[in-house]
Amino acid sequence: MARWFRHLPAAFYLILAYVFIFLPVVILVLFSFQDGQLPVPPFDGPSLRWYERMISDSRLVEALGHSVIVALLSSLVATLLGFLAAYALARRNMPFGGGIRYLLMAPLTVSYLIIGMGLLITFALIGIPKSLLAVGIGHVVINLPLCFAIVYSQMGEHQRNIERAAQDLGANDLQTLVLITIPILQPALFASFCLAATLSWDEFIIAFLLTRFDVTLPVIIFEMLSAGLNPVLNAAGTVVFAISILFVLLALLLATRRKRANVDAAG
Amino acid sequence: MATSAVDVRSRRGFDFSKWAVFPALCATILFFVVPLGVMLLWSFYQRIGGKIDRDLSTANYVKFFGKPYLFEGLINSIEVALITSVVSIILAYPLAYIIAYKIPARWQRFALILAVLPFWTSYVIRSYSWLLILSERGIINSVLLGLGVIDEPVTLGYNRGATVLGFVHFFTMLLTLTIYANLVQIKDSYRMAAADLGASPVQVFLRVTLPLSLPGVAVGAFLTFVIAIGDYITPQILGGAKELLLPQAIMLQVTRAADFPMASAMSMTLMVVVTIAYLVFAKYLKMERV
Repeated sequence: MARWFRHLPAAFYLILAYVFIFLPVVILVLFSFQDGQLPVPPFDGPSLRWYERMISDSRLVEALGHSVIVALLSSLVATLLGFLAAYALARRNMPFGGGIRYLLMAPLTVSYLIIGMGLLITFALIGIPKSLLAVGIGHVVINLPLCFAIVYSQMGEHQRNIERAAQDLGANDLQTLVLITIPILQPALFASFCLAATLSWDEFIIAFLLTRFDVTLPVIIFEMLSAGLNPVLNAAGTVVFAISILFVLLALLLATRRKRANVDAAG
Repeated sequence: MATSAVDVRSRRGFDFSKWAVFPALCATILFFVVPLGVMLLWSFYQRIGGKIDRDLSTANYVKFFGKPYLFEGLINSIEVALITSVVSIILAYPLAYIIAYKIPARWQRFALILAVLPFWTSYVIRSYSWLLILSERGIINSVLLGLGVIDEPVTLGYNRGATVLGFVHFFTMLLTLTIYANLVQIKDSYRMAAADLGASPVQVFLRVTLPLSLPGVAVGAFLTFVIAIGDYITPQILGGAKELLLPQAIMLQVTRAADFPMASAMSMTLMVVVTIAYLVFAKYLKMERV
């Protein structure tokens, strides 16, 4: 009884904090099932009409497709480039290695707005039109430092010894890479791909600056927003949230299963 | 053995690693360094009568620092980013502390994931969700009207307070992560030793736990300041039209005036502010470690 009493303030704060953190999400999801014209009280539902409206809105569905394509391709490229650079810098004494590492990480310290502005002016000068390709390039720029850092941090001495053993047994560089290095780094590669995809999927300002007709989902949501509160936005937001959560849970599940498998193998 | 491995490799024709760093390096130079250089150059051009004048001049910077309606954007941005950082730390610290020390170890992971779950709502949608709560017919006004506390809806959205609220919501989650990560690294034995030597719980916190957790606070505060000061969406959706933050002022130059030289000069100024913040925090972090 006395213990309970002592923990009461902490429990109270915890509950208040969770209410604050979850309030916008709960309201968003609840009023996506609104039956009226506006996502405000009183709640009369539940109804799926705004989800139907969303699916029949070809611009929204199209933008969703664009977002998926840009997210998947740009993260694939960022992970690949990040991996190659990490491989070279962790395995060889490159001239100016420290400087190159610093340069590769530099985009992390610059606001997305500034990166987007720079690309907008530069692309206009060299004649790359506003397009999904331009957005994809921008997303590679912002995600490459993260992908590089994640993979680089996982290339330690332990992995190196296994690679050396393979080479002593006669594997050439390519064989070592494909049969040893990539399988060992698979969790890091997967993690960096997932992180890059989530960030690209949700990125607004670069996509806003570098697209004109083929826009991505955050951009179209922003444009719809200027017309005011709209339950379709609640439905779209709920779907985006659900997809992201599924993605995160999947990554967590794979991570724990892998850890457990490793523990079993070691035991 | 190490030398023999090198010898063997040098005899093979294919050395993968020699070119492996170049794709990333080229991408970074072409699409990051060059655009920044172009923008720096353009910030010294001028847009006069719908044309770009390529004579170098500091006119844009003089105009930016001279005209209050432009310069105020920078001041507003710094103020909002500072307020956001301070309020977020005050809210996040107790939350991270409770999760790290009051919740049983087996539940901590779950409590932490729960505390950052709304991180994954769409960034644009997150600000929109606050409009549902703050707007004239939103949740808060409905509740207050229903309870009879007020007779007329009160204005809650479309001002600086709403922008700060939107920011604080997001950065409380981020700071909870960085502070928690720092707190769980502090060994229990430090706090136990202090308690054994007669320190009260408050003294243990003020003289052991708090100083040791400052690096986590500093990292989170730096991220908060830098991301908040460069953000366009949150003030644009929640902040209303009365005062502009710097990113909004920059976007106005791009979308309305098509004045890219001016927008470049303002972006460069924003970059300098972020760099100063980085230097301040880097120094502070190093001092903490000594």
